[in-house]
Amino acid sequence: MTTASWQPGDVVSSLALEPISRTTLSYFSGASGDHNPIHLDTDVAASAGLDDVFAQGMLSMAYLARAVTDVVPQERVRRLGVRFTAITPVHGQPTCRATVESVETVDGERLATLALDVRLADGTTTLAGTALVRVD
Amino acid sequence: MPLDRSVIGRATRGESLLISRSRLRFFAKATGQKDPVYTDLDAARAAGHRDLPVPPSFFTAIELESPDPFAWLDELGVDLRSILHGEQEFTYHRMAYAGDELRTRSKITDLYDKKGGALQFIVRRTEITNQAAEPVADAVSVTVVRQLSLT
Repeated sequence: MTTASWQPGDVVSSLALEPISRTTLSYFSGASGDHNPIHLDTDVAASAGLDDVFAQGMLSMAYLARAVTDVVPQERVRRLGVRFTAITPVHGQPTCRATVESVETVDGERLATLALDVRLADGTTTLAGTALVRVD
Repeated sequence: MPLDRSVIGRATRGESLLISRSRLRFFAKATGQKDPVYTDLDAARAAGHRDLPVPPSFFTAIELESPDPFAWLDELGVDLRSILHGEQEFTYHRMAYAGDELRTRSKITDLYDKKGGALQFIVRRTEITNQAAEPVADAVSVTVVRQLSLT
């Protein structure tokens, strides 16, 4: 489907991830520069009253960015914003989705607003956001 | 101790990061990115890029590169275990690539409470520029501080 035919309500991208492992949390800590031990070290998590470590929010945002750039070349992405609405536990299995909210012509360019969300297998929404992208 | 609004306007020391291909490839590995544009120079060039592109959400890594990236929270007396990432937004001005040296300038622009002060929200704006001082992206980040009793 080319972006030219996008209509409000179309689900234009869906990305199902594997369950998040502790190895992924460790890799993402190094790759993202977020070395907060609350994502890595169960002793630190326990000292904050948590049963276990939890995933970095930016890991889910990176997955959501993948879902967007899977269907729109990155140079067309004008804005990407999210709210983190729930913690992603270790072994959580996210699915990212992008739905067209509107398409408008602004200064001769066609811009689509996408509604974005990330949900876990149990239905919990962990991220909700929007992207503004240029379409054909 | 809850924070008061005098923190608004406080600027955090800027940071810079020379973006390497290896770092971007590791980011791709960590995020399961299979699109070769993000890892294979030939694929990136074939797609019209001058090098491997910096992916859309990578930009928070620049400030985290500092030797003590959470010092700004320490200075506010905020325990790292009490924070959650509340919101993150990027507005993009131009692409950035491996080989670019990206810089940040950040400032706390707002502070507000919810749940009778049990949650505080610190809003920071960050301008990201490249080695030519051209704007690459503007970021808005909201950090949630929970009032926990920590040991």
